[in-house]
Amino acid sequence: MLDPKGRVVMVSGAPRGVGRAIAERLLDQDRPVVDFFLDGAPAQARAGDTLLTAILAGGHGHVRHSEFGDGPRAGFCWMGACQDCFVLVEGRGARRACGTLLEPGMKLRRR
Amino acid sequence: MSVVVVGAGPAGVRAVERLVAAGLRPIWIEEAPDGGGRVFQKPPPGFSRGHRALYGADHGRAFALHAALAALKPLTDWRPDTLVWNLRPGDLDVVSDGTHERLGWERIILCTGAMDRVVPIPGWTQPGVTSLGAAQIALKTQGLAIGRRVALCGTGPLLLLLAQQLTKVGAPPVLVLESAAWSTTLRAVPGLAWNPAAALRGMAWRAGLKVQTGAVPLRVEEGCTALRWRDSRGWEHRTEVDAVAMGWGLKPETQLADLAGARFAFDRLQRLWLPERDAAGRASVPGVYLAGDGASIGGSVVAELAGTRAALAVLQDIGEKPDPLETTLLDRALAREARFRRALERAFPYPHALAAAMPDETLLCRCEAITAAEMRASAAPEINRGKAATRVGMGRCQGRLCGPPAAEVLAQAIGCDIAEVGRLRGQMPVKPVVL
Ligand code: FES
Repeated sequence: MLDPKGRVVMVSGAPRGVGRAIAERLLDQDRPVVDFFLDGAPAQARAGDTLLTAILAGGHGHVRHSEFGDGPRAGFCWMGACQDCFVLVEGRGARRACGTLLEPGMKLRRR
Repeated sequence: MSVVVVGAGPAGVRAVERLVAAGLRPIWIEEAPDGGGRVFQKPPPGFSRGHRALYGADHGRAFALHAALAALKPLTDWRPDTLVWNLRPGDLDVVSDGTHERLGWERIILCTGAMDRVVPIPGWTQPGVTSLGAAQIALKTQGLAIGRRVALCGTGPLLLLLAQQLTKVGAPPVLVLESAAWSTTLRAVPGLAWNPAAALRGMAWRAGLKVQTGAVPLRVEEGCTALRWRDSRGWEHRTEVDAVAMGWGLKPETQLADLAGARFAFDRLQRLWLPERDAAGRASVPGVYLAGDGASIGGSVVAELAGTRAALAVLQDIGEKPDPLETTLLDRALAREARFRRALERAFPYPHALAAAMPDETLLCRCEAITAAEMRASAAPEINRGKAATRVGMGRCQGRLCGPPAAEVLAQAIGCDIAEVGRLRGQMPVKPVVL
């Protein structure tokens, strides 16, 4: 899934209408691959990725849906301030995706 | 003597350093896994870029700060990954990985840092739209660009710095909108030997950046596929993008000072309510000290000086006698920096008219998805009544993002001065915690 040199983006993922945010991996991306699960499906990211990076650079588009029906969200501040990036980590509860490092085998669920 | 320092950014590190030098062993609490603050935040283990690549012209200061941080941890009660979520006279509540604890304090130095200040526009809650600070953190600590066609909008040094940093790594922004007109920025700085506005323009020019000045974003289209914006002459444009980063300066994280009961005053220049403090950093509440961007935006150089100064104030107040020369030199340096900072604030003002005029359908409050129209319709006489009526500012972020623009919207709607609508009162917990 990931370019072996780790410098190219996967431009794929988000179906239309659920947010097409795709963060582009630019630098220092030949770190070891880490497997995890997103909404039950296997996914891959890199060691040192935050949950937010793993989701967005993986082309998965969003981290949650607004509970008020206004659509998908993917955080805003990346610094633990806006509280708009909560994702469920199975066995650990809701975590801020921007401030939590991905660990191998983590099971993430988006709401 | 139980002294607590909250925050391990530039202000916190220097405060702790001075306390330790005086023989104290403070409790040192940091919300992030490691110190450095936002400006000198380190990437997680596994990234290889060094200080020069990460921190540019500030790499020397970053290196020194990280060295001090590492040396000080074992000399303190160092508590990373720990959130202070409540603060009262004499004690505070922390949580670390689900474990709660109550700690006592006699003196506390708050070095809580800052975050981006925004102007909500229609579409800004969508994936692909972030703060400028977020886009910089993505690049610095994750090696990422937030998109392939990125528009940057806002004002001030961070806007151009980020544009330059992205350009340097081969991902130049497709559009840079600076809301201040160069005429404003150049007029704002008489009497300074070094003109920050001119210096920034020179930097942008050398980096080959095309910057639209006096230009503002209007709307992020559905799916974050394009940005509508207005140039300085009033023409509207549409630029295809896949990401937008926005930020009009910074605002201090004052929630803990608020819970401590500190008195606030409205700062006309920053158009923000700031906790009052004396030149050394003493808040209006005994035993509470404030330093760095968490007290008032000054940047990392000021933060380091103010951190040391606040620690000296603690030492003075517990009866130590630090060398008067040390405090005099620090006070002078801080006064010099304050003049420079005021010039920057005048050069790159918060575009309050843009905020006040945001379209009715704008999600003013992203936590609770509340529109500007609802705040206008409340016609509340002050912002806390507006909050009660609309829930703006009641969400998870506690008004961190919507507070200043909501005040602008309400002040305009009821036709009163911005200072008269007051400020959103803080509530514990300052961030969501599971009790
Ligand atoms: S992106 Fe703002 S708290 Fe995570």
